[in-house]
Amino acid sequence: MTEKPIQGEKRVFMTGNEVVAWAALAADVDIMYGYPITPQNEVMHYWTRLSPKYGRGFLQTEDEISAGFTTCGGVLSGKRAFTATAGPGNMLMQESMTMAEMMRIPTVLVVQQRGGPSTATVIYSQQEVTMTCFGGNGEGLRIVYSTSTHQELFDYTIKSFNTAWKYRFPTFVLGDGYQAKMRESLYIYDPAAKGIVMEKTVPYLGQEGTPGVDREPQHLRNTYNTEEELNEQVNNLVAEYEKIAPEVIEYQTFNTDDADIVIIAHGVVTRAAQAAVKELRKQGVKAGHFRPVTLRPIAAKELKAVAGKAKKIIIAESAQGQLEKLVKDAIYGIATPLENYFRPGQGITSEELVDLVKKGM
Amino acid sequence: MSKVPNMPKSWREETKPHKFCPGCGHGLILKALGEAIDELGIQDRVVFGCDIGCSLLSWDFFNVDAVQTHHGRTTPVMTGIKRARPDRICIAYMGDGGGYAIGSGHLVNAAARNEKLTVILANNCNYGMTGGQMAPTSLPHMKTETTPYGRDPEVTGYPTQGPEMVAAITRESAYVARGTVANVRQLKNYIKKALQNQIDGTGFSFVEALSGCPTNWSTNAKDTWAFIEKGMTEYFKVGEIKDPAKKEA
Repeated sequence: MTEKPIQGEKRVFMTGNEVVAWAALAADVDIMYGYPITPQNEVMHYWTRLSPKYGRGFLQTEDEISAGFTTCGGVLSGKRAFTATAGPGNMLMQESMTMAEMMRIPTVLVVQQRGGPSTATVIYSQQEVTMTCFGGNGEGLRIVYSTSTHQELFDYTIKSFNTAWKYRFPTFVLGDGYQAKMRESLYIYDPAAKGIVMEKTVPYLGQEGTPGVDREPQHLRNTYNTEEELNEQVNNLVAEYEKIAPEVIEYQTFNTDDADIVIIAHGVVTRAAQAAVKELRKQGVKAGHFRPVTLRPIAAKELKAVAGKAKKIIIAESAQGQLEKLVKDAIYGIATPLENYFRPGQGITSEELVDLVKKGM
Repeated sequence: MSKVPNMPKSWREETKPHKFCPGCGHGLILKALGEAIDELGIQDRVVFGCDIGCSLLSWDFFNVDAVQTHHGRTTPVMTGIKRARPDRICIAYMGDGGGYAIGSGHLVNAAARNEKLTVILANNCNYGMTGGQMAPTSLPHMKTETTPYGRDPEVTGYPTQGPEMVAAITRESAYVARGTVANVRQLKNYIKKALQNQIDGTGFSFVEALSGCPTNWSTNAKDTWAFIEKGMTEYFKVGEIKDPAKKEA
């Protein structure tokens, strides 16, 4: 038997893309399918260097459409499979991800957001929130983790495979170019050493036995004939999604109990928000921070409760209101005034947020 | 007691009669495929993928595991399966629109990578399911819903020569042929050899089957047959183009 990629736990200093590759290895991923796009490339670079040592597969496809669909194929055959992309590549993968939604294919897609629209920048943004949560012709029946540190990139990449296979909805790790390219300290570990059991994977297609003789054949489709038939299928999918949502939802709060001003931010911007709250509290300002970890499904009830108690809400994001849409939808009916801090394609610092809060006082 | 007609063992009786139009060629291609699966004894190992378009109606056709994909995306889905489970015999089934237009990039690259996959493509010179639009394979001057005055090659090009294209970008380990529903026995042999090429792990295999679409061609049985046998074969030469079992000339 090949050795485990990581024995126990160890402290490392790595880029986020390298972290994702190590996490996928540690999570017993069988195969990665991928297509080059910045800032995600090094996920493939590390995977192709490391994976052969542990008998894992890789296929470089002709485009992201193919990377998404080959990932669906790998998963259908019962393997733990994933792909990674960004920006325009994320767009092209939406097609296959809708197939994963309709057919409950537990794919994992790591997105390292870059600037948009169009080719834009290869650097950073939070502009792929709407697309990652709701891309495609459908209802957004997927699970999206928005990470903020390299430790989380490692933890949630592993977790995404278990979430996908446990609930059978396509699962996304939403990082960004800063997280992808930055180097940071973290602990990487063998999941077993932390008591994490990887969900068993099962072939949808290609099980043992002759279909029609020893067992029924698996006939999987995504096409429906009538309005009623489709409506029933979507209703079932939605019901299932809503049932599991409370188990899946994750969020963090920082000093929100008595906060007059609550900053809402996700992903890497939560770091600025956390630091800003710390600073503002030092200065005697009753500031708090709410951070949704899952953007889809989002912790609507919890967010509404926090927002309802505050005197003011500030939504800070490196996009033009994509998080804001999710928040507004979640807190509908709350009268708390709302202020925006939108910096599409640009980073946000704690100093900016401190200044913003103080200026508004 | 009703008498069930003879059909390949790998066919699924519960889903027969099939849902293709009367006179459609898909039933014949799938018969040839069914017999090929039977004769090779691979029913327990086959994973069948079908495209969107008329080919999607084959999703529950066989007693084999099957998946319906998206339009043009059958090749990558089956590639993904084959790469993850090389012990399976993966068949990608599609039409000329799926293979030569929207999915052409996937077909070209799967062939170039020599994926150990079998692609079977029905060429009926038009988009059937969507109502008879021009396909890459529509013949010059052929009237379709999007070329109502006839396909003008100066404007829309000449018919795609699929097997010739695949042959040009593959090495000698690939099997490439063009059969026709007008000769089902030959078609079955081509499909068998294509599948054998995959079973042996030799390389990519591709069979185009000339097929009829009386519904959209607006042809009766006689004219349908004449178009398949004469009209189409003027542009699409039936025969084996590449066979690793034979020495190259």
